[in-house]
Amino acid sequence: MIEVKNIHKSFGDSHILKGITTTFENGKTSLVIGQSGSGKTVFLKCLLGLFEKDEGSISYDGKIYSELSTDQKRDLRSEMGMVFQGSALFDSMTIAENVMFPLRMFTKQSKSEMEDRVNFVLKRVNLPDAHNKMPSEASGGMQKRVAIARAIVNNPKYLFCDEPNSGLDPKTAIVIDNLIQEITDEYDITTIINTHDMNSVMEIGEKIVFLKDGLKAWEGSKENIFITDNEVVTDFVYSSELFKKVRKMYLEEHKK
Amino acid sequence: MTYLHNIGAYFLMIKDMFRKPTKWSVMKTLIFKDIDDLIMGSLGIVAFISFFVGGVVTIQTALNIDNPLIPKYLVGFATRQSIILEFAPTFISIIMAGKVGSFITSSIGTMRVTEQIDALEVMGINAVNYLVFPKFIALMLYPFVISIAMFLGIVGGMAACFFGGYSSIDDYIVGIQTDFIPFHIAYAFIKTFAFAFLLATIPSFHGFYMKGGALEVGKASTTAFVWTSVVIILLNYILTQMLLS
Repeated sequence: MIEVKNIHKSFGDSHILKGITTTFENGKTSLVIGQSGSGKTVFLKCLLGLFEKDEGSISYDGKIYSELSTDQKRDLRSEMGMVFQGSALFDSMTIAENVMFPLRMFTKQSKSEMEDRVNFVLKRVNLPDAHNKMPSEASGGMQKRVAIARAIVNNPKYLFCDEPNSGLDPKTAIVIDNLIQEITDEYDITTIINTHDMNSVMEIGEKIVFLKDGLKAWEGSKENIFITDNEVVTDFVYSSELFKKVRKMYLEEHKK
Repeated sequence: MTYLHNIGAYFLMIKDMFRKPTKWSVMKTLIFKDIDDLIMGSLGIVAFISFFVGGVVTIQTALNIDNPLIPKYLVGFATRQSIILEFAPTFISIIMAGKVGSFITSSIGTMRVTEQIDALEVMGINAVNYLVFPKFIALMLYPFVISIAMFLGIVGGMAACFFGGYSSIDDYIVGIQTDFIPFHIAYAFIKTFAFAFLLATIPSFHGFYMKGGALEVGKASTTAFVWTSVVIILLNYILTQMLLS
C-alpha cells in the first residue's frame, strides 16, 4: 500500500501540489485524474522519487521514502515499474532487449531464463513476434505495450503509468487499459495511473483521485463518480455531451 | 550564483559517477560501444586533420625561416615541437570537443527529453554511472588517438617538405630528432589524459542536466562545446605552467 500524507511541491514561485493526502491499496488500479496542469505528473513523479517533495511523507508498505538511504531508495525503485507517457523505450535497443533490460540489471538469471521470461511477457502483452524490431519501427500502441512489458518483467510491487493511452485510438486505448487492469489483478500490483481519459475512468477506475489546482478535490470509485454531486468533478468528467448522456442513463437505470 | 551551482552540480555528478556501479556484464557492453563511437569513430577525422595541419605547419615554418643562416633541419624541429606540444594534444582536443562532445551531449540530452533517463532512475539504476562512466573509460584510450595525431602530423610535415621542396627529407628527419626531450611526450600525454576526462564529463553534464525539448538539446550541445573548449584552454595553460616552466 502507498500512503501519501500532505505532500507539497513548488517550482520557484509556483505552488504545484498544495497538500495531498490519500492512499493506494495493493492489488487495485487507482486513477489520478484532473485537467492538464492540475499537478498529476508532478504528483506521480513525487511518488516515484523523481521529484523531491517540499513537505509531507510518502510511504511504501510502511517504509517512509524520505527516511531511506540513497541505496535503499534505489532498491525500492527496483520494485517499481513505470510506463511513461512517451513510452521512454531505449532507442538503441531492440524491443526484446528493452524488455530484458531490468532482468539484466537486477537478476542473476541465465540468458535462456531471461529469454524465456521476455517471450512470456511479450506474449502477455500480445506482441509475440516483435522481438527484433527497434522501438522506432513500432507503432504508438506497440510501444506502450512494450513499455508495459518492460515495467512488469521483473514482477514489480508497484506499477505507475503516466497517461498510458494518450495519443492512441479509442480501441487501442481500451486494450491498454484492460491489459493494465488484468496485470494488476494477476500479479497483485499496486497500480496508479495518471489520466484525463474518461474512458479509462469508466473502464478501470477502482479508485479515483481527482486533482484540481494541486489539491485533492474528490476521491472515490468509478461507481461513485456517476452519483457524486460534487460540481468540480462533474464539470470535468461530464464535460462532453456523450458522457452527460451516459451519466443520465446510469442514474435513471439505478433509480429503477 | 548559477555558475557556482553548476560547478557544484558538476562535481557531485563526478562523485555519483563512481557510486553504485552498474553490473559488469552490462557495463562491459557499454564500454565497448562507447570505444567504437567515441574513439574508433574519431580516427578518420583526426588522421585527416593531423596530416594536413602537419603539412601546413611545415610550409609556414619553412616560409618564415627562409634565411641562409638558419639550418634547414629547423623546419622538422619546429614541426615536431608544434605538433607534440600543442597541436596534437590541445587542438585535436578542441576538435574532439566539437565532434565527441556534441555527440555525448545530444545523445544523453535526447535520453533526458524522451524520459529514458527517468526510466533508468525509476528502475533504481544509477543513471550517471550507467551513462557517463563508460564514456569516461572509453576516453581513457584517447591518448591512442593523440599518438596517431602526432605521428600523422609529423608525416604530413614530411610530405609537405618533400612535395613542396622546402627542405630535404634527410634534413627534416635530422630536425625531428634534434634536441628531443622525452619529457615533452610525457607532458603531452598528461595533458591528453586530463582533456579526456573533461571531454567525457563536461558534455555529459550538459546533456544529463538539460531541461526542455529538442531545441534545448541543440543549445546544450553548443554550450557543452563552448565550456569544454574554455576549460581545455585554461587547463592547458595551467598544466603548461606547472609542467614546463
